[in-house]
Amino acid sequence: MKRAGFTTHWLPILLLMPQLSIIIVFFYWPAAEAVQSSFYLEDPFGFGSTFVGLENYTDLAGNAEYRRIAWFTVIFTALVTFFSLALALLLAVKADKVIRGARSYRTLIMWVYAVAPPVAGFVGVMLFNQSWGPLTRAFQSLGHDFVLGVNYSDTAFAMVLVSVWKQVPVNFIFFLSGLQSIPKSVREAALIDNRSASGRFWDVTFPLLAPTGFFLLIINITYALFDTFGVIDTLVKGEPGNNPMTLVYKVYVDGFRGNDLGGSSAQSVILMVLVLALTVFQFRLVERRIHYT
Amino acid sequence: MLKRSKLSAILDHAILILGALFMLVPLLMVLQITTMPDVEVIKHGPSFQIGDQFDDNLKKAMLEASGFSGENTGVNMLKNSFVLGIGFAVGKIVIGMMAAYAIVYFRLKFATLAFWVIFTTLLLPLEVRILPSYEIVQRLGMLNTYQGLIVPLIASATATFFFRQFFRSVPEELIEAARIDGAGPIKFFVDILVPLSQTMIAAMFIIMFVYGWNQYLWPTMITTEEGMFTLVRGIKQITQVMEGNRIPEYGRANVLAIIAIIPPVFVVIFFQSWFVKGLTESDK
Repeated sequence: MKRAGFTTHWLPILLLMPQLSIIIVFFYWPAAEAVQSSFYLEDPFGFGSTFVGLENYTDLAGNAEYRRIAWFTVIFTALVTFFSLALALLLAVKADKVIRGARSYRTLIMWVYAVAPPVAGFVGVMLFNQSWGPLTRAFQSLGHDFVLGVNYSDTAFAMVLVSVWKQVPVNFIFFLSGLQSIPKSVREAALIDNRSASGRFWDVTFPLLAPTGFFLLIINITYALFDTFGVIDTLVKGEPGNNPMTLVYKVYVDGFRGNDLGGSSAQSVILMVLVLALTVFQFRLVERRIHYT
Repeated sequence: MLKRSKLSAILDHAILILGALFMLVPLLMVLQITTMPDVEVIKHGPSFQIGDQFDDNLKKAMLEASGFSGENTGVNMLKNSFVLGIGFAVGKIVIGMMAAYAIVYFRLKFATLAFWVIFTTLLLPLEVRILPSYEIVQRLGMLNTYQGLIVPLIASATATFFFRQFFRSVPEELIEAARIDGAGPIKFFVDILVPLSQTMIAAMFIIMFVYGWNQYLWPTMITTEEGMFTLVRGIKQITQVMEGNRIPEYGRANVLAIIAIIPPVFVVIFFQSWFVKGLTESDK
């Protein structure tokens, strides 16, 4: 708050009204409802619901399919996060280094930021088209019959590839702006102290990028958990079947298609707790441990 | 020594070119398919040849409907996408600026409370409360409406947070001077703060427009009438229709994909510096 702030009373309330009312109706109300209905069992014919306590949660914990999906989500998230961060870091370091064409490279690499996840998924469907997809052909020449949407690991591969493709630009933008904010004096000092480029990178640049990296780590985990929904939905063409899926996709499938409101809500609550834990982790780690400037 | 540094420069460029190709080639393939007759694509797949069917494919994509109701033509979906992208961006900016102004510039008793109520929304994405949100929109009778599409998406504080950060960095002297000159809160906001925030507003607009345009899960649930589909929402159906046909309409589907890509990509490329500034500063 500003020291010389205005003291009018009605105006700030009026200004806050739209934001607060939207948030209460479309944020707190549904969030509370999710928590509440996770303790109830909805009658499939719509005749009310029964309080079942934690049963929805214990059901999930004992459900082999749910555990399998949870595992897939963990592996998927780890792969997407790792590859999109590593690739983006490599490209950002090079784009920061080159003298000629730096701007063009930046543009050419970052434009995919604006492509919607389901559209990225559509591009994947083209690349892996059964009869003529260039990547299907590439796999064929390696002796593997790639079948998108039918073979579990093939579909998972496509999901990871498309999700990484879509996420590299964001990481690239952040890494590049992180690199460009490293003071020139620090770079010059490092140049005198350390002759080898890779030595300079690991001893000076990498630690200086750590805050950006940790921030991006959380962003990428959140992306892999939530924003990949569109990629997955287009790649499996809306038919989950035996295909791999993430926890968010499962919430949608159970609640929206399967009409299992209680179970789906319990899953939502689990995801909420997960996101909250991530955020707390982010604050603790980023705010306290990593302080260079 | 000189030779070595030259070699490493070549290597750097090689890596960057490969990276750029990795991002670009999939799109070039989509573009190539838009110019080809469907039969040709089915026979040979994508190639390096540029066909002459783009006009035809474009006409089909924009004017013919792919669904049952005849309402989800490309033109209609394009319109809906713009309504969602612009409506979302404008709504978010207006509401966020107002709230941020109230929090930063007024002595409010419950300012801290309001702050926390608003900023808790940053913690939970829409995806985790998607079903109850759907039910509430249904109960309010807002399914298949633009309000139902846009307003619930606005219920998070990203823009508010961004403008709060920015307002806090505006020098204190400014408001002191304004008050001495007798400017009231509304005059100060409209005549001083808003013009001062122009660049910030532009940056936010770009980010929010792209975000709104690219929404998928929420529109998928909220719009069941084909006349309300956005391009991004329609893409799965396009894929299904495309593959279900006797002769899959690859040309048309790829034209629609390109049209879904162009406006947000255009905005991001042409307002690059604002966009990068907004992105890297808003999330810190």
